Amino acid sequence: MHSRRGDLTDPEFPQTSVDEDRYADGINEKEGAFGYMIRLENLSKIYRMGDNRVVALNNISLSINKGEFVAIMGPSGSGKSTLMNIIGCLDVATEGKYYLDGRDITSYNQNQLAEVRNKKFGFVFQGFNLLPKLTALENVELPLIYAGVGAKKRREEAIRVLKMMGLGERIHHRPSELSGGQQQRVAIARALVNHPSVILADEPTGNLDSKSGMEIMEIFEELHSRGNTIILITHDINVARYARRLITIRDGQIVSDEEVEMQ
Amino acid sequence: MKFTQAIKMAFSSILSNKMRSFLTMLGVIIGVTAVITLIALGQGSTQRVSSQIESLGTNLITINITGGRNRGVSEEDLERIKSMPGVSEIAPVLSGGVTVKAGNKNTNSSLEATTPGYQQVRNRHVQLGRFLLQNDLDMRFRVAVVGVDVADELFGRRDIVGEKISINGVEFSIVGILEEKGSSIAGSDDNKVIIPLTTGQRLLRNTEVRTFYVSTQSPDVVNQVVGEIQRFLTRKFNDENSFRVFNQTQLLSTINEATATLTMMLGGIAGISLLVGGIGIMNIMLVSVTERTREIGIRKAIGAKRRDILIQFLIESAVLSGLGGVLGIMLGFVGVSFLSRILNIPAAISADVVLLATGFSVAVGVIFGLYPASKAANLNPIDALRYE
Ligand SMILES: Nc1ncnc2c1ncn2[C@@H]1O[C@H](COP(=O)(O)OP(=O)(O)OP(=O)(O)O)[C@@H](O)[C@H]1O
Ligand SMILES: [Mg+2]
Repeated sequence: MHSRRGDLTDPEFPQTSVDEDRYADGINEKEGAFGYMIRLENLSKIYRMGDNRVVALNNISLSINKGEFVAIMGPSGSGKSTLMNIIGCLDVATEGKYYLDGRDITSYNQNQLAEVRNKKFGFVFQGFNLLPKLTALENVELPLIYAGVGAKKRREEAIRVLKMMGLGERIHHRPSELSGGQQQRVAIARALVNHPSVILADEPTGNLDSKSGMEIMEIFEELHSRGNTIILITHDINVARYARRLITIRDGQIVSDEEVEMQ
Repeated sequence: MKFTQAIKMAFSSILSNKMRSFLTMLGVIIGVTAVITLIALGQGSTQRVSSQIESLGTNLITINITGGRNRGVSEEDLERIKSMPGVSEIAPVLSGGVTVKAGNKNTNSSLEATTPGYQQVRNRHVQLGRFLLQNDLDMRFRVAVVGVDVADELFGRRDIVGEKISINGVEFSIVGILEEKGSSIAGSDDNKVIIPLTTGQRLLRNTEVRTFYVSTQSPDVVNQVVGEIQRFLTRKFNDENSFRVFNQTQLLSTINEATATLTMMLGGIAGISLLVGGIGIMNIMLVSVTERTREIGIRKAIGAKRRDILIQFLIESAVLSGLGGVLGIMLGFVGVSFLSRILNIPAAISADVVLLATGFSVAVGVIFGLYPASKAANLNPIDALRYE
């Protein structure tokens, strides 16, 4: 079994001297009306395809606090990605309410949702989803471009986060010139660069060999220890063990929601 | 997102696919080149025709008597017209084609038999020797003033004052050489022989003067003098359709109208090719939106708004088209200087044509980019991300 605590003597992972507070931003945010950062009430997502109705999420209620590290597991097609996309404002629910920082964002329009995505969430995907024609640095700068940050500040921030991901030497490489693990670290840097409240990771280790996968998990572990909120989907129980809370979904419903017992 | 950033993005996207970008631009390049070249050549030839006409003098009136026999104007008629207020000079002309010989060389030339007033009225002066004198007319001298083409053709040189030529078999002495005029819409003005009116009446066996030129004291009184002459001739012939009175201003505006229409038509036809270029841009932008669906999804996932995507694609097509426009303008400059040399038309590209072409090509990019860009902007982020 892999060691639970991240092995932070790894030379690839710089020690946390740089700007430690930055990634603790989330903790200082004022709590919403319900005291939770994310609160879903009786949320359902139904896809209609002709006469067929696919119930991807069925009446889900769920609350997540700041600073939590949540893993979501469940069989394929159970609705994990659907749930995460709704949490991340990439998609909207068919029914139910969504409160983010106490604000009801259920009826936000596309532009408001885009702004929420930019400010509140950082996405890490299974397939990395980097823009192939841009360098690592340019990829990481993108969220700051859409946030309207000036060129100089943008560059500094992006380089700082890339260095933190151990990619200081690789900032001018394109995704095709990087290994899978390195690409995923660029993606994490991109997710982090705008200081999001929540990091959403949909099977971030799914395309990686187990060694790179564990390296990525060490990073999440470290980010969590600095106060970041992380929600992660995985099929791998060894990956899920890094989290503190494990939610299991089946057929669009939560079947268990428990604390992960420490080993 | 800032505008300069959007422009940077557009350029890097265009540069990342150079060959395709170039081929897409080609439609606009050809369109703009065609518009610029044709308009410049059209304007150039209009200008040349007008300046030729203006060089004849804007205070010149031409009168042609038409139809019927025995309807020439008499010497008294001409005196009457010459004494009209505003008239400064008058020159009756008998003309015809003649064969001119010198030694064993001969050439066909146009003959004008006229009076000394011709020199002022038609603004033709001699470079060597002298023009006709009243005495030449009185004495019916067989003297001739010739154009440089005649001199070149028959003698191979121009200092031929005092030489003899024969016109339709009658011997004449050359007393003067006309200044070179160059060719005009009416053919060469230098292949010409001028002799005294009285001598010409005999040579051509025709005493009826049916053409005469009147110059006015100033361009402002042209219309007034035209009216007087028309009244006089109507009274004389009892028929207002038996003569025609032209003046250069009329001719100028008629010709200007015709050439402006022609220029517009040429520009319009070239404009259609610009439109076709725009459709090419739309086509490629649509392909590009489809190809980059995933990219759009990623950008939206990390916070790009509808407007950001719209602007990104709009700028991309506007830059593509505008760049094509700039290249087209440069090519247009090359084309115009080349064609104006070959066709001998003094064409110049005016600044407003350049501005118009640039503006038009950018507008083409924006208009034809609007549909693809809004298609991209309206993509649902989650569908776009899933797109393979
Ligand atoms: N756009 C869509 N149209 C129709 N049905 C959809 C759509 N997206 C998802 N579904 C359906 O919703 C259900 C949940 O899909 P989801 O992608 O959330 O599953 P998942 O738990 O992430 O699966 P996996 O572990 O394979 O990624 C599935 O039955 C799927 O077929
Ligand atoms: Mg999934």
